[in-house]
Amino acid sequence: MPSLKDLKNRIGSVKSTRKITKAMQMVAAAKLRRAQDAAVAARPYAERMTAVMSGLAAGLDGSDSAPRLLAGTGADRTHLLVVMTAERGLCGGFNSTIVRLARARAGELLKQGKTVKILTVGKKGREQLKRDLASHFVDHVDLSEVKRMGYDTAQGITRDLIRRFDAGEFDVATLFFNRFQSVIAQVPTAQQVIPAHFDATEAASSLYDYEPSEEAILADLLPRSIATQVFTALLENGASEQGARMTAMDNATRNAGDMIDRLTIVYNRSRQAAITKELIEIISGAEAL
Amino acid sequence: MADTMQFDLVSPERRLASVQAREVRIPGADGDLTVMPDHAPLITTLRPGILTLVSAEGATEYAVTGGFAEIGPEGVSVLAERVHVAHEVTRAMIDEMVESAREAHKSAHPDMVDAAAKLLADMEALGLRVAVGGN
Repeated sequence: MPSLKDLKNRIGSVKSTRKITKAMQMVAAAKLRRAQDAAVAARPYAERMTAVMSGLAAGLDGSDSAPRLLAGTGADRTHLLVVMTAERGLCGGFNSTIVRLARARAGELLKQGKTVKILTVGKKGREQLKRDLASHFVDHVDLSEVKRMGYDTAQGITRDLIRRFDAGEFDVATLFFNRFQSVIAQVPTAQQVIPAHFDATEAASSLYDYEPSEEAILADLLPRSIATQVFTALLENGASEQGARMTAMDNATRNAGDMIDRLTIVYNRSRQAAITKELIEIISGAEAL
Repeated sequence: MADTMQFDLVSPERRLASVQAREVRIPGADGDLTVMPDHAPLITTLRPGILTLVSAEGATEYAVTGGFAEIGPEGVSVLAERVHVAHEVTRAMIDEMVESAREAHKSAHPDMVDAAAKLLADMEALGLRVAVGGN
């Protein structure tokens, strides 16, 4: 049976934990708003880009002049997994779900006898994958210095990807990130970016004149389109991270509250028990006289 | 004939303009072009330069770097990698962009060296143009 003083200390410590988780939840809520706004603001660009790319790609599909970024290397041997996670923990299952998806994919590919390379973005994913897949790591992008997710970051990652692709380091690149659905639902997603893949639903390609040629535009736009996809993934991930953290911290705050209630009951009971005991001692002492 | 068309200017990070425009002057990769309502459908890439938007409220100038413009029956949308309202552009921003273009030129693949040189020249021209226009 813990003493009254122990109980009091315990309640105090849970209370301060609750204050911290409450504060983290509010910070995450504020950041979530900003991250969501950024994701929404980036949408028109990404949508137009995809629409134009689909048209262009549909027109060139299958022809020999299609650039390598679109057609691929023709091989399917080396896969690069770009695993995007957060720099910080304390955000529920956010990092684990991405890592789990990436790990499953890596296992599958290895079983098929393919070569797997892993590029990690964000520290947490790297830490979790280090245990069993460290030998597949090729590089790491550190986001801890990035205050606000900008297009520059996405461009940097894309340049690196394309450089590696041109150097023949991989055949297929896939992004792993969490797609933001709502504050409580984030969907881990795998998206292939190289070779670029577009749903050729829009056959508007023939409608347009192209200046310069169709091929030149496609060659110019492909890297931009990949950068846009990376950027979208980063933003979705950013919003998901804050959403996941907010939910996790909300739960933690509530749990701390429950714990405080339970501990307070125990504390009051023990105090009452001590008082009763003392009274009994006094009364029985008086009776003995 | 309609005398205005829908004009959208978006960068990856935000939408900068979405207005009814009378005409838009676009720095296309193969030369400048002016788009007026009912222009033939066209997709063109951009070179770094000044994009001028003429709407009912007057003309607005934007400094844009690479990207592309899609001119369709319902209007024009310009997707530019970096966009700034021209009079907000500072010397430092131009210097930085020229510097990065110069870097790209230096490290460019032999096949790409012409394109990189053109990019650099366009950047410098853009810098001059902005410097003359204000600041």
